[in-house]
Amino acid sequence: MKRIITVTVINQSGVLNRVTGLLMKRQFNIESITVGHTEQPQISKMTFVVNVEDEQKLEQLLKQLQKQVDVLKVNDITEKSIVVRELALVKVVSPPSVRAEINSLVEPFRASTIDTGKNVVTFQVTGNPEKIDAFIELVKPYGIKELTRTGVTAFVRETQKAANTPYLSILQ
Amino acid sequence: MMMKLTVEAEQLLEEPATSKAVPEKNGADVFIETLKKHQVEVVFGYPGGAVLPIYDALHKNPIKHILARHEQGAIHAAEGYARVSGKVGVVIATSGPGATNVVTGIADAMMDSIPLVVFTGQVATTVIGTDAFQEADIIGITQPITKHNYQVKDVADFPRIMNEAFHIASTGRPGPVVVDIPKNIATGIFTPREGETEAVNLPGYQPTTTPNFLQIQKAAQAISTAKQPLILAGAGVLFANASEQLKELAEKYQIPITNTLLGLGSIEGTHPLFLGMAGMHGTYTANMAIQTCDLLINIGARFDDRLTGNLNYFAPNAKVIHIDIDPAEIGKNVPTEIPIVADAKEALEALLHQNAPNGNTAAWLESLKVNQEQYPLHYDASGDRGLLPQQVLELVQEYTNGEAVVTTDVGQHQMWTAQYYKFRKPHNWVTSGGLGTMGFGFPAAIGAQIAKPDAKVVSIVGDAGFQMTLQELSLLQEMRIPVKVIILNNQALGMVRQWQETFHGERYSHSLIPVQPDFIKLAAAYDIKGYRIETYEEAKVQLKEALESDEPVLIDCRVVQKESVLPMVVPGTALHEMIGVKPE
Repeated sequence: MKRIITVTVINQSGVLNRVTGLLMKRQFNIESITVGHTEQPQISKMTFVVNVEDEQKLEQLLKQLQKQVDVLKVNDITEKSIVVRELALVKVVSPPSVRAEINSLVEPFRASTIDTGKNVVTFQVTGNPEKIDAFIELVKPYGIKELTRTGVTAFVRETQKAANTPYLSILQ
Repeated sequence: MMMKLTVEAEQLLEEPATSKAVPEKNGADVFIETLKKHQVEVVFGYPGGAVLPIYDALHKNPIKHILARHEQGAIHAAEGYARVSGKVGVVIATSGPGATNVVTGIADAMMDSIPLVVFTGQVATTVIGTDAFQEADIIGITQPITKHNYQVKDVADFPRIMNEAFHIASTGRPGPVVVDIPKNIATGIFTPREGETEAVNLPGYQPTTTPNFLQIQKAAQAISTAKQPLILAGAGVLFANASEQLKELAEKYQIPITNTLLGLGSIEGTHPLFLGMAGMHGTYTANMAIQTCDLLINIGARFDDRLTGNLNYFAPNAKVIHIDIDPAEIGKNVPTEIPIVADAKEALEALLHQNAPNGNTAAWLESLKVNQEQYPLHYDASGDRGLLPQQVLELVQEYTNGEAVVTTDVGQHQMWTAQYYKFRKPHNWVTSGGLGTMGFGFPAAIGAQIAKPDAKVVSIVGDAGFQMTLQELSLLQEMRIPVKVIILNNQALGMVRQWQETFHGERYSHSLIPVQPDFIKLAAAYDIKGYRIETYEEAKVQLKEALESDEPVLIDCRVVQKESVLPMVVPGTALHEMIGVKPE
C-alpha cells in the first residue's frame, strides 16, 4: 500500500543520506522523495511516498525513522485531509502546425509554457500526481522529448475531515 | 642615557609577560579534556598519520592507552571492556585503513547494543573528497552500523559533538557512535562559541525510560492470571542492571525464566526457576516452555531469528508482554499484546510495585521439571572418543565456580559455553551474539580483564577464530594480562563443519584445517605459558593448574572433531521440532 510520510529533520549535511540509507537497509522502496527547508531554516521537511506491504511493516518504518537522532517528527498523513502537490516539466514535440491545438489542450490543466523552440514547447504543470499523470497522457501522442517530475510534497489541511474517509484516490 | 619610550611602548612593558590569561588550546587538547570530563580512564587504539596530533596530546597525559596490534583487536577489546564495566568503551583509529579496520567491531557493537565511542582520524577538511592519502568516507561507511555518527567540521563544535556522542552511546538502547576528526580540526585553535553550554540538547533523541502506568497495570493483571507464564530475559536486563528485580519478580510470582544468548547471567545459571538458554541450541525445556506458555514476558530481548525459530509457530498460545527501551523492537518480529517502552529496571520495579495477587503456577513448574529431568543437555562420552569440548567446559565451570568472566567468538565453542557454563553473576558473559564475529572473544577478554583486573577472565575460542586476532597475544605478553585462552581445537570451522555434515551431505568444503600452527610454540614466542591437553585425564589436572595460574596462559585442547552442538532447531523449523533432544 502506498503511504505518504512526512519527516521533520534537523537540517544538517548527511541527514537525507541517513534517512534514505535507513530505508534501503530495511528494504523499503521509495517511490518519491522531496526535501526542503521549512519556515525555520535549521529545520527541513521530507515528504516520501513509499510502498509498504502491511500495517506491521509501516509501523516498523515509522519507528525506525523516529529512532534517528536528527529526526524530530514522523507523520503518516495518508489517511488525513492533506494538500499534495507535484511539479512536472514536459518538453513536447510541437511543430507550428499543431501548436495551437496543443495549447488549447493543456489550457484546462493550467500548465504554463516556460520555454519554446522551433519545434518543441516546454510546459510546467503542478498539481496532485493524478493530474500530472493525466497531463502526460494527454500530450504523449504528440511526442515527449523530455520529462522530469519532482515527486510529491504535502502537508495536512487546516480543517480535517471525519476519520476513515481516505482523501487521496491515488493511494487506493 | 635612557631612551625615551613612546606611551604605547611603556604600556607594553608594563603588561605582565602572561598577558594571555588563557593559553591557546587546540582540538587535540579539547579532545583530552572532554575525555577526562567523561571520566574515561582507558582508551583502546592504534596511531597513524591523521591522528598524530591526538596521540601527541595523549603522550603528555595520564589517560591509559592500550595499543592493540590491529584496530580490530582494539575495538573488540573496547567492547569487552564496555560489556563488563558498564562504561563506554573508547576507541581511537587513524583515517582510511585504520578506520575501515574498526568497521567489524562497530557492526558487532551495533548488533549487541554495546556503548562505544569510536574516534577516527580523517584527512584535513581542505582535502576531504579528493581521494587524499589514507582517506576513506567513514561517515558513509559506518552510517548503517552506528547509532549515530559525526564528522567534526569546526573545532568550536568539537566538545559539543563529543558530549553528544557519549550521551547517545550510553543512554537509551546503548550503541556505537563514530566521531570522525579531520587532522586540521585536531590541530586547529579552539575558541568556544559564545553562549554555548555543556548541556546536551538533542530534541530528536529523547529515550523513554519510564513505563506507561496503564500498560504496567495490564501486565500485572496478565501475570497474576496466567497459568503458564514464562519470562524471556535478554541483554536489556543486564544493561539496565535489573537482575535483582528480575529475580524478585520471578520468585514472587513463581515464573520460570529462560535467557537469550546475550541475556545469560541475568539470573544465576543454577537458580531453580532457570530453564537454560532458549533458541537454536537452547534446552528442550526452555524451548518447549516458549511453545506452551500462555504468557510470554519478554524483557529486553529482540526476538532474534536464532531465538524464535520459525516465527509462524513461535509461542502459539502466548499473550506477549514486551518490555524494551527501543520502541522499534516491539512488534518488529512478534505481535505484542502489552507493549512497554521503558528501561527494564524501571519497568520491573513498577510491576513489582503493583503487588498483583499471585497466580498459581505450581502445575506448570512441575511439568517443566519433568522435562528438565527427562531431556537434559547430553553428550556421548562413551568408549574412547577422545576429549570432548563439553567435558572441557564442565571442568572450566567447576574450577572457576561459575564466577569467571567468559568471552567467546561465534560457533560451536560459543554454544557449548552457553550451554554448559552456569554463570553466577551478571556482566560476566561477553560474546558476539548478533553479528557472530569470529576473532571477537580473545581481544574482548583483554578488554574485560582491563575493566576487572581482579577477575578470572577466560577466553574460550575455536582454533579458527583465534587465528583471526591472535596477534593480540602481544598484549598479554607486554602487559602480563592474566587472561586464560582456552582453544577448543577441533582443526575445523566447527559450526560450518557441523552444518555441512547435516545439510550438505558431509561435503566439507573448505571447513577443515588439518595443518595448524603449534599453538604452544606460538605462545612461547610471546613468552606465554602453554598447555596442550589431549585427554580428559590430562584436562582434569592441567586445566586446573592453568586456571589457577596468575599469569597469562594458553591452553590448546585437542577435542574430537566430529562432535556436534545439540540439541538444535534446524533453520525454518519451529522450536518444538528440535532435533538431537535425546541420545540416539
